[in-house]
Amino acid sequence: MSSLSGNGASRDGYGDALLNLANNPNIVVLEADLGKSTKSCHFRNKFPERTFSIGIAEQNMMLVAAGLASSGKIPMASTFAIFTERGFEQIRNGIARPNLKVHICGSHGGIHTGSDGSSAQSVEDLAIYRTLPNMTVIHPADDISAEELTMQLVDLEGPSYMRTIRNKVPRSYTNNTKQDLIIGKGNVLMEGEDVVIICCGVMVSKSIDASILLKNEGINAAVIDMHTLKPLDEELIDTWSKRCGCIVTAEDHSIIGGLGSAVAEHNSRTNLVPVEMIGVKDIFGQSGDSEELFEEMSMAIKDIVQAAKKSIGRK
Amino acid sequence: MPLKLGTKELEKMALSCRINIIKMIHAAQSGHPGGSLSAIDMIVGLYGTVLNIDPSNPNWEDRDRFIMSKGHASPAMYSILNELDIINEQDLMSFRKLGSVCQGHVDMNWTNGVDFSAGSLGMGLSFGLGCSLAAKLDNSNRKIWVMVGDGETQEGQLWEAIMAAVFHSCGNLKLIVDKNRIQNDDFVSKQMEVGDLKGKLESFGWVVREIDGHDMEEICDAINWANTGIEGPMAIIANTIKGNGVSYMENNPSFHGKAPNIEEFQIAMEELS
Repeated sequence: MSSLSGNGASRDGYGDALLNLANNPNIVVLEADLGKSTKSCHFRNKFPERTFSIGIAEQNMMLVAAGLASSGKIPMASTFAIFTERGFEQIRNGIARPNLKVHICGSHGGIHTGSDGSSAQSVEDLAIYRTLPNMTVIHPADDISAEELTMQLVDLEGPSYMRTIRNKVPRSYTNNTKQDLIIGKGNVLMEGEDVVIICCGVMVSKSIDASILLKNEGINAAVIDMHTLKPLDEELIDTWSKRCGCIVTAEDHSIIGGLGSAVAEHNSRTNLVPVEMIGVKDIFGQSGDSEELFEEMSMAIKDIVQAAKKSIGRK
Repeated sequence: MPLKLGTKELEKMALSCRINIIKMIHAAQSGHPGGSLSAIDMIVGLYGTVLNIDPSNPNWEDRDRFIMSKGHASPAMYSILNELDIINEQDLMSFRKLGSVCQGHVDMNWTNGVDFSAGSLGMGLSFGLGCSLAAKLDNSNRKIWVMVGDGETQEGQLWEAIMAAVFHSCGNLKLIVDKNRIQNDDFVSKQMEVGDLKGKLESFGWVVREIDGHDMEEICDAINWANTGIEGPMAIIANTIKGNGVSYMENNPSFHGKAPNIEEFQIAMEELS
C-alpha cells in the first residue's frame, strides 16, 4: 500500500505549503540560516519582501516571530528541530504564554536524520513542546500530509510546533486521502481487531508495513496516524483500545514524553490496556544510515511486529 | 494622539507615579521598587510627549508600541497606565494578588495598554524588532520603543537583536537603556561589567545618545530626537539612579526586589510628598 505512491520527505511538504499559503498577505517567513534545509527557501525566492533572515540566532527568531504575530502577521519560523530547543524558554515565555499565533517548524527531527550524528538528532522536541499550554504539536508522516497539515495551521487560535524530517520515506497518503487529515484528529490508515499501532512521523509507513507482515501471520493490526500529539485525539484512542484490547506506540522520538507517553497517560486514566512503546529508549543516537540506526535502536519494522505480539500476549 | 505635556506637568506626573510605585509594592509586600523608580522618568517622558496611543482604545492597531523588556519594573508601567486612566487605583492596589490585572511582571494578556509579556530578560528588543518589521510591512510610521536595563545587556539574545535591527534597517525601532548600574545580586560592575554600552551599540551600527535619565528636559529632548530620526535604530542610554526619589533605596542593591516595611513606607511617603 505504502509503496504505491512513491517516497516523500515531510520538509518538502512544508516548503510547498508555504507557497500555497502565500496568497494570504499576512504570512511571513523567518529563517535562521537553514532555509535551504527546512525548505522555506522556496517562499524566500518568490516573496523575499516577506521573508526575514534572522541569522544563526534562534532565540532572537522566536521573539521576532512573537512581535510579528502581536502585530497581526502570521509568522512561519523554521530551523532544525534541535535548534528550536535552544529557544525553548523564548517559546515558552514569549510565544506560548501570550498565546501568539507563531508557527514553528523543526526539521531534521529524530534519529532518522542519520549521518549528522546525535547532536542533530532531536528526540525530545515533541515531549518538551507538548508540556506547553496553548501549543499544538504535530508530526506528519510524509510530504503530502505535512503540506496539508501546514495549510491548516493558519486556522489555529494559538501557536504550533511541527516536526518535519529530512529524508524521504514511503508515502502513507495520496492527494485523494489527504482530505482525511484534520489537525487534532488521528487518522485510521488500517483497520484490525487484535492490536492497534498508534504512530507518527516516519514510523507511520513502518507501522503499515508491520501491519502487513502481521496479517501474513493471521494477526490483524490497526494503524492510526496520530500526526497531532497535542491536542491528543483521546476519543479515537478509546474507541480503538476498547476494540483491540492492546496498544503499540511507534515514534522516532524518546519514549519519555512523546507519543507513547501521551497515549499511556491517557490510557492510565481510561481503559487500562497493555501498551508497548517503540521509540528511542533514553539514549542518544550516533552517525549512520537511517535504516541502520533504526535496526541498531530496535525501531525497525520487525521490532514493531514483535511489540505487537508482546502487547497481544499481555492482554 | 501624543500628549505633548510640558516639563512641569511631566515632573508632577512622575512624582505621582513614584508615590504609586511605593504604595503598590508596599501593599503587595513584594515587587521591584529600585528599577521602577530608576525607569519612571523616562517612561513618563515618553508617554507624556510623543508616544502615539489612544488610552480609550489601548489595542488600537496602529498605535506606537512601548515594550517593557525589564518586566520586573512593572509598577512603573502600571503607574503610568493609571495616569492615563487605562487602569485605576484599585487595580494598582491589587498588584501581585490573585486575579489582579497587575501581574507581578508585565503581561499583555492581563493588562490593557501592555504591549509585551515580559519577565524573562533579554527578549523585549527581539519582540520589538518583530513589531518593527510588521510596521514596515504595513507601511505604517508607528514607532516601536523598547526599554531594557543595563544588567539585562548581559543577555546574549539582546545582542542578537541589536545586530538584526541594523541588518533590517529598523529606523522605527528605539531602545532606551535604563542604566541604573545595579542588578539583582549587586552592582553591575561586580556581577558582570557591561562596559562601554554606547561604544558597543555604535559599533553595531546604532545611533546613540547618552543622557541624565532623571533630568526631564534632557529626557524630552532625547526622546524627541529619537522619535524624529528614521535612518536606522536609535538608542538612548539613560544614566539613572536605582531607587531614585527614596533616599534609603537609592543606589541600594537590596531594594532591587524588596518591599518597604511600614516604617520604610512612611519615610518614603514623607520624602515624596
